[in-house]
Amino acid sequence: MLNSPYITKPASVSAVMFKVLAALLPGIAAYVWFFGAGILLQIALASITALAAEAAVLAMRGKPLGLFLKDGSALVTAWLIALTFPSIAPWWLIVLGVLVAIVVAKHLYGGLGQNPFNPAMVAFCVMIVAYPQLMSQWPAAGFTDFAAEFRAIFGADRHLDAIVMATPLDALRTVLRLPETRATVEGVLGSNATFGNIGGRGWEWVALGYLAGGLWLIQQGVISWRVPTAFLATLGLISGAFALVDATQYAGPTFHLFTGGAMLGAFFIATDPVSGATTVRGQIIFAAGIALLTWIIRTFGAYPDGIAFATLLMNICVPLIDMRTQRPVFGRKTGKTPDGRQP
Amino acid sequence: MRRLFGFWGGIKPDSHKNESTRLPVAKAPLPSLLTVPLRQNAGASPRIMVKAGDPVLKGQMIAAPEDGLSVALHAPTSGHVRAIEARAIAHPSGLAGICAIIEPDGAERWVELEPLDAARTSPEQLRRRLREAGLVGMGGAAFPSYVKAGGTAIDTLIINGAECEPWITCDDMLMRTRGEDIVGGAIMLRELLGARKLLIGIEDNKPEAIAAMRAAATRADPGLEVVAVPTRYPAGGEKQLIRVLTGLEIPYGKLPSHFGVQCFNVGTAAAVHRAVSRGKPLISRLVTLTGNVAEPRNYEVAIGMPVNELIALAHPQADTDRYLMGGPMMGFALPDLAVPVVKATNCIIAASPTLFPAPTPEMPCIRCGACAQACPAELAPYELYWFARSQNLGKCQEYHLFDCIECGCCAFVCPSRIRLVDYYRYAKSSIRAREKDKLAADHARERYEFRLAREEREKQDKAAKLAAKAAETKAKLARASAGDESAPASESDDKKALIEAAMAKAREQTTPALNTDVHRMTAEQQAQVTVAEARHAAATATAAKDT
Repeated sequence: MLNSPYITKPASVSAVMFKVLAALLPGIAAYVWFFGAGILLQIALASITALAAEAAVLAMRGKPLGLFLKDGSALVTAWLIALTFPSIAPWWLIVLGVLVAIVVAKHLYGGLGQNPFNPAMVAFCVMIVAYPQLMSQWPAAGFTDFAAEFRAIFGADRHLDAIVMATPLDALRTVLRLPETRATVEGVLGSNATFGNIGGRGWEWVALGYLAGGLWLIQQGVISWRVPTAFLATLGLISGAFALVDATQYAGPTFHLFTGGAMLGAFFIATDPVSGATTVRGQIIFAAGIALLTWIIRTFGAYPDGIAFATLLMNICVPLIDMRTQRPVFGRKTGKTPDGRQP
Repeated sequence: MRRLFGFWGGIKPDSHKNESTRLPVAKAPLPSLLTVPLRQNAGASPRIMVKAGDPVLKGQMIAAPEDGLSVALHAPTSGHVRAIEARAIAHPSGLAGICAIIEPDGAERWVELEPLDAARTSPEQLRRRLREAGLVGMGGAAFPSYVKAGGTAIDTLIINGAECEPWITCDDMLMRTRGEDIVGGAIMLRELLGARKLLIGIEDNKPEAIAAMRAAATRADPGLEVVAVPTRYPAGGEKQLIRVLTGLEIPYGKLPSHFGVQCFNVGTAAAVHRAVSRGKPLISRLVTLTGNVAEPRNYEVAIGMPVNELIALAHPQADTDRYLMGGPMMGFALPDLAVPVVKATNCIIAASPTLFPAPTPEMPCIRCGACAQACPAELAPYELYWFARSQNLGKCQEYHLFDCIECGCCAFVCPSRIRLVDYYRYAKSSIRAREKDKLAADHARERYEFRLAREEREKQDKAAKLAAKAAETKAKLARASAGDESAPASESDDKKALIEAAMAKAREQTTPALNTDVHRMTAEQQAQVTVAEARHAAATATAAKDT
């Protein structure tokens, strides 16, 4: 006999996941506008691979295919991988990345809900360590020749010189580190075609797209406002503080917030419920931790962006954070009796 | 305007209250047989005073309160007792209980009633009246009212008319139609408790009830406050309503009276008024009959009416597949429809697959935290789920499993459709079973240790006696050889030695040889267990009060 409650809210895991996908659309639109439709190819490749891999592993594990394929979680992972990998990377790179995410990072740990690490970020880290060069070749803003992108993705012979560019983060750091140039942040940002008004050229619009989608997710109640707020505030504060100390060597908050994966990280990666912290205070610590580590890796590290490594590092801390940040339960708070009455 | 407080979490399900409030309250006809369960209150059963064949009058006491928390029971109508036997009673697992089967004669002849003038009756007499009129909490917990009416140092009396569960409207209709009774009873309870403030809390989705209660309150006592509280399940839970109205949070294991607050359901208040001013015992109540029926409405139902005969009055639709007793959030599906309506029955819902769809398969928990957002006890339901699933009962307790009031908010919002409350119920019963086993083992160990200690002491006593005897013989021999003049002294010495030995033994007995620590701890543990059990009863009572 079934027990109470007998009614449930019309919410489901797949509804959550498909809302997340929908929220990515504005960012993807800006991506296509500035960097060509190659990204759509990558998204399609990633989606097909993810669903195929998910189906294969589910079949091997003897799980109901229909139920779990419909949940949409594999698609979210696939889209995040496509959006964090270079859109002109060869096809096998993204296929491999998705396989790492779905098979290793997700299902080897027990599948949906069981993975301690964000699968998309695991894929990014594995691939950037294994193929650092391929993972650093990004299309130049304004380059929207689909045929060339198609060749770059599927062609055996990749002539990338015309379209490849470093990411704004990479470009800034490289120039700042050249000892002979004595370059300043202001000088670099003003001189290079990689940079736009506030962040990277084109990338700043993609970031705005993610921001819009993310705000919608908050409005829909899919994600909590705390995580993106803590993430963006921390990144803004730490970059702002260092920019105040030495504006010639440290880029300011607007640059950090609107370049690379900051917005994607704030609204779509740090908010992953499975691998993130769950308590209110824990979520704030978790997101702030990712932002802080991201800034450190961006500023002092050697990778194009720091979000992926920062996320995995904070994923490791989640059990501890959750354990140490449990809220006091009803009636067990101290000093919560308004009249000062005690039992 | 009174300052109201919020409580964390809660949900806003479709209320479905309009269905059953369109038609006025009707009196359900008497069935051919009434099945009156003996035990309808939390606590002990009353003692049955009638036997098969006895004639009874309406309102006649058929079972008298015994020691412990028990209240009287009365014949709901006049007629004959046909049998006293075990019958299925309303319980999720279809338990049977001793019932008085009464065949009505249709005459509805009342027993002689003895109204009391509350103003000229002593508090003890009033409380005795509540007990002898069979009054229990009518919000679902069925806790004997005379006990709660005996609290001391009560500052605020709260009358609970929130009725937060969807579908249920019996309190709503009671407030609309019998506001005078409720207010009258509430004032009696206030005087009885010596409370300073009297608040009636009603969810703001019941404007008619609020208006009716305000009108009744103004006529009776302008100091009485009818407060509209925001509609949010489980605002009618005792702890939640107290929080909303006073800002106090009653922790698990404490009673509201520890904080100077006492809470009664509106139905109970009305019953108090009837019991005192008219001398009428609790023999009927309002029951909402709703859901998948042609004619949902509230009925005045005699206690003991079989549920199936009650359901027939509302004409259930063809696709009805089961019946729920109570609301959809905390009620239960009736395994047997022949069970009777009892004092705690507030609602019967005819369920169909359309109204209450079968649950979709459980997906894995994605730790989204929606449950924690909804939990009014401010627990971490997803962690409790994880610990319960992995049988980690220690962790369950560490994360305050027993603070869970089983309101169902977590399961309501879970996007993975996990039947969370089932896991908590399972973990709670596992822990209770484990503690019972542990207690039994403790008792056994204690008995064994006591026996060992006793045997050891007996052995020592024997040895001491033998030694004393030997010494005495030796002394006698010595006396005989030493001559007469030393004899008195030596004799007194011997006596002294014997007295000392006896005193030492006596001392030993007052501080027994067995491990006193174990002894003392067990007594304490036993006290703790008693307290814990009482607490548990109170907690389930509180949880069940959600109507």
